[in-house]
Amino acid sequence: MPLFRSEEMTLCQLFLQSEAAYACVAELGELGLAQFRDLNPDVSAFQRKFVNEVRRCDEMERKLRYLEKEIKRDDIPILDTGENPEAPQPREMIDLEAAFEKLENELREVNQNSEALKKNFLELTELKHILRKTQTFFDEMAESGHEDEHANLLGDDGLRAGGQVLKLGFVAGVILRERLPAFERMLWRACRGNVFLRQAEIDAALEDPVTGDQVYKSVFIIFFQGDQLKTRVKKICEGFRATLYPCPETPAERREMAIGVMTRIEDLNTVLGQTQDHRHRVLVAAAKNIKNWFVKVRKIKSIYHTLNLFNLDVTQKCLIAECWIPVTDMETIQMSLRRGTERSGSSVPPILNRMMTREVPPTYNRTNKFTAGFQNLVDAYGVATYREVNPASFTIISFPFLFSMMFGDAGHGLLMTLFALWMVVKEKPLAAKKIQSEIWVICFAGRYIMLLMGLFSIYAGFIYNDVFSKGVNIFGSAYKVNLTDHELQHHHSGMLVPNEANNHYRQTPYPFGVDPIWMLAENKIPYLNAYKMKISIIFGVVHMGFGVILGIWNHRFFGRNMNILVEFVPQIIFLVFLFGYLCILMFIKWTKYYAGAEDQALTPGCAPSILITFIGMVLFKYDTVALDGCENYMYPGQETLQKVMIITAVLVVPILLFGKPILFKMEMNKAKNHAVSEDVEVAGVPQTENHEGGDEPHEFSDVMIHQAIHTIEYVLGSVSHTASYLRLWALSLAHSQLSEVLWLMVLRKGLMFQDWYGGVILYFIFAAWAALTVSILVLMEGLSAFLHTLRLHWVEFQSKFYAGAGYLFVPFSFENIMEVQPGEE
Amino acid sequence: MGASAVPIIVVTAFWFVVGAILPWFVPKGPNRGVTQTVLVMTACSCWLFWLCCYLMQMNPLIGPEMSNHTLLVMKQEWGSSWKD
Repeated sequence: MPLFRSEEMTLCQLFLQSEAAYACVAELGELGLAQFRDLNPDVSAFQRKFVNEVRRCDEMERKLRYLEKEIKRDDIPILDTGENPEAPQPREMIDLEAAFEKLENELREVNQNSEALKKNFLELTELKHILRKTQTFFDEMAESGHEDEHANLLGDDGLRAGGQVLKLGFVAGVILRERLPAFERMLWRACRGNVFLRQAEIDAALEDPVTGDQVYKSVFIIFFQGDQLKTRVKKICEGFRATLYPCPETPAERREMAIGVMTRIEDLNTVLGQTQDHRHRVLVAAAKNIKNWFVKVRKIKSIYHTLNLFNLDVTQKCLIAECWIPVTDMETIQMSLRRGTERSGSSVPPILNRMMTREVPPTYNRTNKFTAGFQNLVDAYGVATYREVNPASFTIISFPFLFSMMFGDAGHGLLMTLFALWMVVKEKPLAAKKIQSEIWVICFAGRYIMLLMGLFSIYAGFIYNDVFSKGVNIFGSAYKVNLTDHELQHHHSGMLVPNEANNHYRQTPYPFGVDPIWMLAENKIPYLNAYKMKISIIFGVVHMGFGVILGIWNHRFFGRNMNILVEFVPQIIFLVFLFGYLCILMFIKWTKYYAGAEDQALTPGCAPSILITFIGMVLFKYDTVALDGCENYMYPGQETLQKVMIITAVLVVPILLFGKPILFKMEMNKAKNHAVSEDVEVAGVPQTENHEGGDEPHEFSDVMIHQAIHTIEYVLGSVSHTASYLRLWALSLAHSQLSEVLWLMVLRKGLMFQDWYGGVILYFIFAAWAALTVSILVLMEGLSAFLHTLRLHWVEFQSKFYAGAGYLFVPFSFENIMEVQPGEE
Repeated sequence: MGASAVPIIVVTAFWFVVGAILPWFVPKGPNRGVTQTVLVMTACSCWLFWLCCYLMQMNPLIGPEMSNHTLLVMKQEWGSSWKD
């Protein structure tokens, strides 16, 4: 049976010819059934054989990441077909490298070109603005120039040297708007007010070629006289990073220049557009294949990492690998190795040898999508020791069942089932979405667990008769009110006593679940408490007993048959004689004592408390005098039987404590005798070999201490764990009370409003009730019950038989690698 | 003793079929063992759960306490007296 215990593993030695090694490892990676061991643990990463190839793969990945970044920058959607390309051959790797190199260079070139083009474009645009704005300046200057001339003529003719016309020099340029005030101030101070600045804003925003931001600039023109001022002005312009442009003086020239600039801008626009188109086309073509390439490169890299684990043999001709593989899969692995050898065109077949080893193999449980969730729950506590009984196959049912005992509400169970059903039915599309939220990932991974939990909760809800805190009356209650109206009004108080005389109770119970009348009763809680506590203990003892029994298979498998006598038998006797007997007492009380009994000894007044009986049993306290009309005991011979059981249970503890150490000592003595008498024999007795094994204790004192701890744990544990199962009652009570409060305080208040506005109010109150139900009762209580069930399994159940000291089988599998990587990135 | 035959037989027979008959018909395949375990465990635990509830109510030691108001409504809706 596949899941009952982990698979048998064997250590194998693999001899691969160097040419075939790559292809064979690729095939094994697709198969995912071999775990390779590192045969070069002392060698650093840089000294391994295939370090160059790994480096090349890293380079390729870097190029691919650059490509991906550029593709994302242009908002091109990346196609993810979900196909799984095969790992390419080593010679294809060179082709891939060349292709990536070409793409990267092309992209870089295109980017550089477009940057230069944009810079050019910016300059031309600024020049265009300058030419436009300066026209107005010159016009003004021309006018004021005339006036000035007049003024100068009239006033001062010291400036005129030799009757020459006053000539003003100018520079024109563009500067960022923010820098303009400081620029003006600097000019005024440096040139002592002898320069004249005119400026006008450029309305359109211009694109900065380097950063791609939109910035606002202004055109300025500075008029000055003389060369000294010119140099000073130019220096200041440089300092403020204003770009200067040559501006012709005459209007005609300016007009010509403007036309030339316009045409050049048009041309540049076309070229820029074409460059962008080209870049877009390159990226779109790349986007189609980029996911494929990523997968291929990752596969190559992982193959070379694995090849680095191998040893190169003396002749340098073949590689030696050691791997753990499941025994049942040896055929499949042989076939894939042969396939790999054929593909690589090598003639020498690979050799797969089984190796005998003392090392403990990894634990491998073959799971499908349904059982994987439960196996994870078990592994989270501890991976099973190699080939011990795997609790996962039983957890599939016991986990949802114990959960349902605590969650026990059919309505909430229905909500949980529907949600889980949606996740299960829409499995494939939901998995393909690859949603990254961690809570969703955990929730989705547990969809089958949730489905089973929901289904069992619906069943438990019908047994507890609890649907959103209301009871349902399917079969007709077993109770009827057998009182006249007169009696009801005047004489009746309290309980509908269910004896035959009163005839309230029809003498046979409600056929399935708790009678609906209890949902209306005021003493519902004490009644249900008695019930739920009892069933918690009953199921607890059954669960723990089952765990102890599972230990038999472990003892038999590992060849420790004597352990069955000295460990299993004392353990089960202790559990059954004490706590199993407690359960039997419960069943006796349920069947024997009765409100309508004719024998007074069997009426409720005489029904003994089971707890007191149990305590009395352990303390050897037996009442000699009974209450009036009652009997001392529940059945004849009770005192004797109980005394015998207690004494047996106590006697069994030393057997548990000393049994195994005594056996160990006997074996040691036998081995010593054998070794003395047969010292020629090299093979030795199996028992001595056992002593030399890895985890067997060498000393008698080790065994004694180990067994003492185990005995104390078991004895104390059976008491505390049995009581621990009472949480099944406690959580069920909490859940039902919470949901009842929600009904009483929220929904019922909404239903009590009359008239049309009652409908409106009910609409909102229902929303509140629904929100609180889902968040508190389903989510919070569900998580809480999940946690407690998990604890019951891990501690109370598994401590009876589970060692959990193994390590997980992690095969070299491309599937696993592909799953991990996207999360890392 | 207040056990009625019909519910006991029906429920026990149902879980018996699930737990002792169906496992023989599970199709051969890698999951045969797991499916059989699932069926048997479901049948056992669900049957025991139902049985405890039935036994608990069979011979009640106490009856429900209700206000007279509730009793009046109950009398009206569910009828009174098991005596015909």
